[in-house]
Amino acid sequence: MTFTIPEINLFPLLPALIPAVTAMLIMLGDALLPGKNKSYLAFLALIGLALAAVQTFMQYNTEQRAFNNSVYASNFALGVSLVVLVAAFVTILLSVDYLNARELDFGEYLALLLGAASGMILMALANDLIVIFLGLELFSLPLYVLSAFWRKNNLSLEAGMKYFLLGAFSSAFFLYGIALLYGATGSTNLQTIAGGANLAHNVLFLMGAGLLLVGFGFKVGLVPFQWWMPDVYEGAPTPITAFMSVATKAAAFAAFFRVFLVAVFPVLDASGGIDWHLVLAVLAVLTMTGGNVAALVQTNIKRMLAYSSIAHAGYILVALVAGGENGMSAALFYFAAYAVMNLAAFGGVIAFEQGGRERLTLVELSGAAQQKPWAAAAISIALLSLAGFPPFAGFVGKFFVFNAAVTNGYVWLAVIGVLNSLVSVYYYLGPVVRMYMSPPSEDWQPTRARTPALLTGTVVIVVLLTIAIGLFPSEVIQFAQAAGK
Amino acid sequence: MPILSLLILFPLAAALVTALLPRANASLIKGWAFVAVAIEFALSVYLLTNFVPNTSAMQFVEQYDWVPQFGISYHVGVDGLSFWLVMLTTFLMLIAIPASFSEINDRVKEYFIFFLILEAAMLGVFVALDVFLFYVFWEFSLIPMAFIIGIWGHERRIYAAIKFVLFTMSGSLLMLVAIIVLYFATGARTFDLLELQKTITPATIQPWLFCAFALAFAIKVPMFPLHTWLPDAHVQAPTAGSIILAGVLLKLGAYGFLRYCLTLFPDASREFAPLLIVLAIIGIIYGAMVAAVQKDLKSLVAYSSVSHMGFIILGIFVFSQQAMSGAVLQMVNHGLATGALFLLVGILYERTHTRLIANFGGLQKVIPVYAFFLLVVMFASMGLPGLNGFVGEFLILLGAWSANPMYTVFAAVGVILAAIYLLWAYQRAMQGPVTIEKNKTLPDLTRREFVLLLALVVFIVLIGVFPNFVLNPMQASIGALLNPNAVAGLVK
Repeated sequence: MTFTIPEINLFPLLPALIPAVTAMLIMLGDALLPGKNKSYLAFLALIGLALAAVQTFMQYNTEQRAFNNSVYASNFALGVSLVVLVAAFVTILLSVDYLNARELDFGEYLALLLGAASGMILMALANDLIVIFLGLELFSLPLYVLSAFWRKNNLSLEAGMKYFLLGAFSSAFFLYGIALLYGATGSTNLQTIAGGANLAHNVLFLMGAGLLLVGFGFKVGLVPFQWWMPDVYEGAPTPITAFMSVATKAAAFAAFFRVFLVAVFPVLDASGGIDWHLVLAVLAVLTMTGGNVAALVQTNIKRMLAYSSIAHAGYILVALVAGGENGMSAALFYFAAYAVMNLAAFGGVIAFEQGGRERLTLVELSGAAQQKPWAAAAISIALLSLAGFPPFAGFVGKFFVFNAAVTNGYVWLAVIGVLNSLVSVYYYLGPVVRMYMSPPSEDWQPTRARTPALLTGTVVIVVLLTIAIGLFPSEVIQFAQAAGK
Repeated sequence: MPILSLLILFPLAAALVTALLPRANASLIKGWAFVAVAIEFALSVYLLTNFVPNTSAMQFVEQYDWVPQFGISYHVGVDGLSFWLVMLTTFLMLIAIPASFSEINDRVKEYFIFFLILEAAMLGVFVALDVFLFYVFWEFSLIPMAFIIGIWGHERRIYAAIKFVLFTMSGSLLMLVAIIVLYFATGARTFDLLELQKTITPATIQPWLFCAFALAFAIKVPMFPLHTWLPDAHVQAPTAGSIILAGVLLKLGAYGFLRYCLTLFPDASREFAPLLIVLAIIGIIYGAMVAAVQKDLKSLVAYSSVSHMGFIILGIFVFSQQAMSGAVLQMVNHGLATGALFLLVGILYERTHTRLIANFGGLQKVIPVYAFFLLVVMFASMGLPGLNGFVGEFLILLGAWSANPMYTVFAAVGVILAAIYLLWAYQRAMQGPVTIEKNKTLPDLTRREFVLLLALVVFIVLIGVFPNFVLNPMQASIGALLNPNAVAGLVK
């Protein structure tokens, strides 16, 4: 028996490897370098992320595969990787003052964050169910720890515990799904699975696909698998919440798209049976509506943003239902738009959390525009963008997604989508109204703490990006359309 | 000279400059805001002097690629339909900004920033020739107005602001879907209005798309029974906000009907015209009757807007050259007269801190100059010959008669009712003995208020006596609009 050792080509994996190596260097640095406050390690992390981003950008249009076709650096995967890298970069900038103010340790935090980014990118690059699972675990484990990173805070601990238990549960679903698909098709490779014939009535295949759907649904926060999100989002350190809401969503959706558009849909569409597009369309409607309606009654801004994040998962799912090139490029654009506007929103929230105030309620935001006009403006622009007002990024994202839905004959889904946007306008306006139009509440002591310059600068940049992508979407659309092909 | 882009960008640049001015120096901010709208008005005068009448072609056209992947371009231009509305916008801003000088003393900087942004958005709606671009301006105009109502409004300002946003958005979001469907259905794969007008929207979907567009416009106009946001928004808004809301924002809806519904869905427009006309007539009579029983002077003016906007919709949907000319003229007239009425109500409110008619009475003797202006503007609003309102309403009623005499009969009831509610309000507020002691010492108009009102009244009289200088430039465009075969001729 002869073994042929496959040619090892690490090049397509570089977007994931560079952050991983940087994470290791940071761990080494944390152990060896002097000083109690190691905030300077953040520079190293930023350099690593920047290098990875440049590498990812250079790999665009090369479409390389590696490891026996289990890794495929398609443009779509690289686009998602860029979103993850940018999100990690901004998250670190938002974290520096946050960690310093709470005397949290930098070394572990940065290493875990980069590890998570690396796992997300691996998941996006994966073309094999096992690699997807590897990526999933690689980013989930650091995120469990990061959610509980603020050890002195009970909510943070609770968030970490909840996330861990439910996450482990969903991983089991996912793994079981992989096993069943392997049983049905004899392979874990997506292309091989797609080539399987007469699978539409194969119980193993259907159950496997269903279990994968549950696993993905949990990670991206589809109704009815969304229960963990509000608690985790509320309790986790705010920069981590920002990172999770943006990057986890993009990475998990990337694999979700890959699995369903490459493997599951072609098999099912070829041989009839249940219309899975319709199943996903119903899930999209449930998710949009559930997220938006629940967000209406939230009093805590982080919980509100958690439900908003669920609703946005619903909009992205509309793109998946639409499918095809349009759906893929619409989703990629949406990831980018959602990343900048949600990071801007959370950046604004962090600015208000300075000075010992945590768990920001809407009442506490009353009259805040006079206290911190720039942070209030940042949150307002971010929220208006999330609500889909032009000329901000969120509007173009929604336009793109609904456009994809209409192209592929889902006008009704687009109509439900816009009606949901209308519902969302109400709760997105809530904080804006509070900040600008309400007088400060009685029991609220204004903070005199100045917003740190780094935080201000970061928020300004993401807000400007939100506006820029909204005003001049052409370049990003071109990028996204290249990825859809 | 890219005059239209300049008209859109200059207020934005001026808003940016305002943001950089020192917050403490309120009078500097006010002065600068006035200079800015004055320059903007001067820019629009360039438009006035260079506009070519007798053609239905778009003028001052600019077009640049924006999102070429979707056939979206930055395409702007002006024709006889939009020309006077652009002029009205810059003129009313010139009135509204100084009208706020004494009322607004809190967060002055943000106030003028929002107004300048609003001006850019409104002008953008009027000059956009790309459906996507139009939608962007249309939606964006909501934000500054919502802030103006919500921050500087009266007691129930937050409720009014949120209601305003939600009502308007509920219509316009469906329009967004319709715009996307239009993009695919016509096969033109473009959002360019002039290109889309050359295609024929398939008959099967025309009614649906028409309804989606019409809903958005009908809410904005607002037409009965979608008008309920208007009294709240108008009454709660600060004076300048009401002037712009009534003067310009409502016209966005009527303009939308003309520019988009009629040209993109000509068959569906004719099909649905009777329904819209009936609703318009109900609005005329209902608005007037509700106005008559208002205790609050500002809500009286607000409901009178519902009535007057009904005339404009009637004028549009009877499809006659006269009526449509009347409708466009009436848009300008309503902007001037209602703007002036809101300014007058605001002036009185600043002095007495009440808007209830019962709290006035006999003021004619105390503030005679004010009373004179109020009477003139009310005459204009009720359509007294010699003033501008008469010309517009007369043309609309005349055109409606040729379509169906019953339209004119019912609509004319509104004219009579207008005389009743306006004169009755004048009688209660201005005539008789002075009932409230402290009203005996009310100061009359300041010089600033006098000049602002005079400027409005000059145009009210001018249009009333020489309406042709307004009517002539729009004839070619309206002719092209009414003759679908000639619509293609809109393109140069």
